[in-house]
Amino acid sequence: MDTLVSQLQRQFRDYTISLYHQGFLDDQFTELKKLQDECSPDFVAEVVSLFFEDCEKLIGNMARALDQTGNVDFSLVGSSVHQLKGSSSSVGAKRVKGLCVTFKECCDSQNFEGCVRCLQQVDIEYKSLKAKLQDLFSLEQQIVQAGGRIPQVDI
Amino acid sequence: MATKSMGDIEKIKKKLNVLIVDDDPLNLIIHEKIIKAIGGISQTANNGEEAVIIHRDGGSSFDLILMDKEMPERDGVSTTKKLREMEVKSMIVGVTSLADNEEERRAFMEAGLNHCLAKPLTKDKIIPLIN
Repeated sequence: MDTLVSQLQRQFRDYTISLYHQGFLDDQFTELKKLQDECSPDFVAEVVSLFFEDCEKLIGNMARALDQTGNVDFSLVGSSVHQLKGSSSSVGAKRVKGLCVTFKECCDSQNFEGCVRCLQQVDIEYKSLKAKLQDLFSLEQQIVQAGGRIPQVDI
Repeated sequence: MATKSMGDIEKIKKKLNVLIVDDDPLNLIIHEKIIKAIGGISQTANNGEEAVIIHRDGGSSFDLILMDKEMPERDGVSTTKKLREMEVKSMIVGVTSLADNEEERRAFMEAGLNHCLAKPLTKDKIIPLIN
């Protein structure tokens, strides 16, 4: 008979694998998980939370810079994109990082419409990742509350 | 039976002492965790100018300095040059972005780095350097 714990663990495993296969996460997220230990059981959640704060701040900066119609400072936008690319790379947010590459190219070529499109996509993508990681962390909590251990998932 | 000398015991006990220089709080947290995971202890500086002040004021001695390239106040290239002028002997490892081109990396190395690593940093990238 499948216990609640084993059901949750299976769900967690499948969901984690899907996040990698769908390109939301890459190996760097795995590296962060490896750094988590009993002394810092919430390390990944804390890092990810900081990342999403970064996203909100930088997307806000980009939106304000792009709002200066006719007088857009593309180097300012590019600087925020560069920072976001760095942060997303550090946490393994693969799709966000990929979008930042395209976004930076638009900034470098001063392509206003391209930048606006990229900004919209980055906003959608980081919010999507945020929701999915919240679900993942929620599954972890459920496993622990049910008395189980969070399984190691090999990607 | 061979016995360890006090010097050998001190060497074993001595932890790797690292200065992490980066303006990104996210990177500081991750890099501190990596250093702790490999058995080291770390101090942080939010930019190159802070790193210079730490060396000027504290007479600090680090085994390793992880130096980000792009920082406000004083960037990684300028900081590395300054620390070498101050005769800082620590291993300085530059941390670059994949967006940096070959010329930029070369200029960073020529400032006085021992090594250069591309972000994101991992334990596997750092361990071979300190071994």
